[in-house]
Amino acid sequence: MEDLDNLKATELTLGLPGIDAPEKPSPASATGSNKRSNEECCLPAAKKQVVGWPPVRSYRMNSIRVRKMEAEDSTGIYVKVGMDGAPYLRKVDLRVYKDYKELMEALNDMFKCFSLGGAEGHEESGYAITYEDKDGDWMLVGDVPWEMFISSCKRMRIMKGSEARGLSSST
Amino acid sequence: MVRGFGGAAAFPDEVWELVFSFLAADADRNAVALVCRGWHRIERRSRRRVFVGNCYAVAPAAAVRRFPEVRAAAIKGKPHFADFNLVPTDWGGGAEAWVEAMAGGWPHLEELRLKRMVVSDDCLELIARSFKNFGVLSLVSCDGFSTAGLAAIAANCRNLRELDLHENEVEDNCLNWISHFPESFTSLVSLNIACLEGDMNTSVLECLISRCPNLKTLRLNHAMPLEKLVSLLQRAPQLVDLGTSKFSADHHPELLSKVESTFAGFKHLKSLSGIWEAGPAYLPAIYSVCESLTSLNLYYATIQSPELLKLVSECKNLQRLWVMDLIEDNGLIAVASSCKLLQELRVFPSDPYGVAPPISLTEHGLVAISAGCLMLHSVLYFCRQMTNAALLTIANNRPNLTCFRLCIIDPHTPDYISQEPLDAGFSAIVESCKDLRRLSLSGLLTDRVFKSIGASANRLEMLSVAFAGDSDVGLHYILSGCKNLRKLEIRDCPFGDKALLDNTSKLETMRSLWMSSCSVTLGACRQLAQKMPRLNVEVIDERRGRPLESWPDDFPIEKLYIYRTVAGPRSDTPPCVWTV
Repeated sequence: MEDLDNLKATELTLGLPGIDAPEKPSPASATGSNKRSNEECCLPAAKKQVVGWPPVRSYRMNSIRVRKMEAEDSTGIYVKVGMDGAPYLRKVDLRVYKDYKELMEALNDMFKCFSLGGAEGHEESGYAITYEDKDGDWMLVGDVPWEMFISSCKRMRIMKGSEARGLSSST
Repeated sequence: MVRGFGGAAAFPDEVWELVFSFLAADADRNAVALVCRGWHRIERRSRRRVFVGNCYAVAPAAAVRRFPEVRAAAIKGKPHFADFNLVPTDWGGGAEAWVEAMAGGWPHLEELRLKRMVVSDDCLELIARSFKNFGVLSLVSCDGFSTAGLAAIAANCRNLRELDLHENEVEDNCLNWISHFPESFTSLVSLNIACLEGDMNTSVLECLISRCPNLKTLRLNHAMPLEKLVSLLQRAPQLVDLGTSKFSADHHPELLSKVESTFAGFKHLKSLSGIWEAGPAYLPAIYSVCESLTSLNLYYATIQSPELLKLVSECKNLQRLWVMDLIEDNGLIAVASSCKLLQELRVFPSDPYGVAPPISLTEHGLVAISAGCLMLHSVLYFCRQMTNAALLTIANNRPNLTCFRLCIIDPHTPDYISQEPLDAGFSAIVESCKDLRRLSLSGLLTDRVFKSIGASANRLEMLSVAFAGDSDVGLHYILSGCKNLRKLEIRDCPFGDKALLDNTSKLETMRSLWMSSCSVTLGACRQLAQKMPRLNVEVIDERRGRPLESWPDDFPIEKLYIYRTVAGPRSDTPPCVWTV
């Protein structure tokens, strides 16, 4: 998931040019992070974006997503997410997140009541997050760039325990 | 000196209380309280409404002690710039201290309005349990709570009349919170749940609405499908204020005629909002109510110009219009000729980052409105270009403006025809509009505009400045003028230490000052804090580093929030905030 650092080269700076960019303010709440405006991904790299400008309420920004430029990207990418042992699946819209980190946080939130920490008590992180790609293969989430991931992911599964041990890497 | 008046003892307390009850304004009641001890005592015992503009300006216990008979309280927390993500999320503004104090000291509290505060579910539960006659809960731009907290309110507030949730971040963990209103609950007059994200159980909502005959305001969230919305609305033809849910569906002649007849059934509707994602198919169903509307909020309606134009042209009695810039100049020209009673106009940017093809909304639209709408007094306008000439025309047309907020989207944008700064234009606004209370500046501006503002804006109470000015002199003009200034918020301007230190006493006459990305140093903050013990000087810095004590005087401050207070430094500052 450390692709984040690689993305820094093309990441939009959040301050005026020439000033050390301060760290981006953290999301207001776990649910707040899911509603981050999509607009930031679509900006041409040349344009510097300034925090809090223009002064439109961040609450409202999320509604502005409704107005799309072109027909292509309009609908969300909803995929099912299942977790071993959970009585029901969930659905997530991959377009809402801008990188793996946000997706992980959201999944953590969604499934924390099913004890992601391991119902069997002991060991840490006995789970891996996998997805089924266009070819029908089950892949480990995180290997490919984010944009490539969201365009090829058909569904996701959170695998627990012994199954996961073989797959999960401590990258 | 007048003698023999007899002072407060000339009449029994009840008589004075009755006299004071005619004083609505807090300023008047405050003045009365200063006359003599007797009046102070009588006034404080009879004050029913309290407004706390800054939750940290006074200790909750002190406020509750001084006014023991309060029935309605309104409290504000975070600085206004929190709306634009400039304030760290953990900055403060928590409601617990206030709610706990009120629960103890104001058992008869009926109304509570909180704005920009962090309200937990525990707070909501405490509110629900503590006030037997609780009637009005209004949460605006708050966060920290979930629908579980709302369930507690629904279950326990037997006499609730108003539940107003406006633009809050609410976690949805209790899907059926509406079903917590008991069957015996019938007192609802106003329900605004537009900010909730989740689906609502329509039949439960329908039941609730059917048994509340006094319901006048209903603002739903976007989730409810149009067919369900229609059957719900048929239960409440008496509505005065409606916020619909999603206003689009696959075209169905049956559904369309149902929508039409539902709207035709609204005989008292004055205010309309919501209309999310309205499509051309169903929009015409609204036409039957247009003539009676005084307030129309099309913020969420992504309608294009021709339909927008047609819609607003029908609204001859409109007083307030909030709309996207999709209305374009043509649409505003139509508004100017159709909506002669317009008082407030807000035009929002549909594309704030400029990634879509440009919209034809320019200064011409605003000029047309200023010429055609004689009662216009409040403007919020986002656009991409402006001229001094246009601003001058607007100033001459509408000297009755009380609120003028112009946002030219790209910082430092000059008059696009003359390439001059927009000093002359904004100066004309403040010189002509003598009752101007709120002003937001934008575009290319030098220190000259601040000279005009300082000299002419005598009624100005709130000023927002961004990317403007050349030097400290600009800030000095404002702080040494603007007699009635209460709130000043500044970002990305070359204003620094000198202006602050030359005007320290001004700061105690104001509610608050926010400065971010300016040129203030820590040394100036230290001096200011030392000189003015009744100001809290909060330095906010989110970059990780050593504690404030170890920084030198010339350390540049990232964000600064100064406010007057009688409560001393607050005890709940997070790691990124230091009270100097």
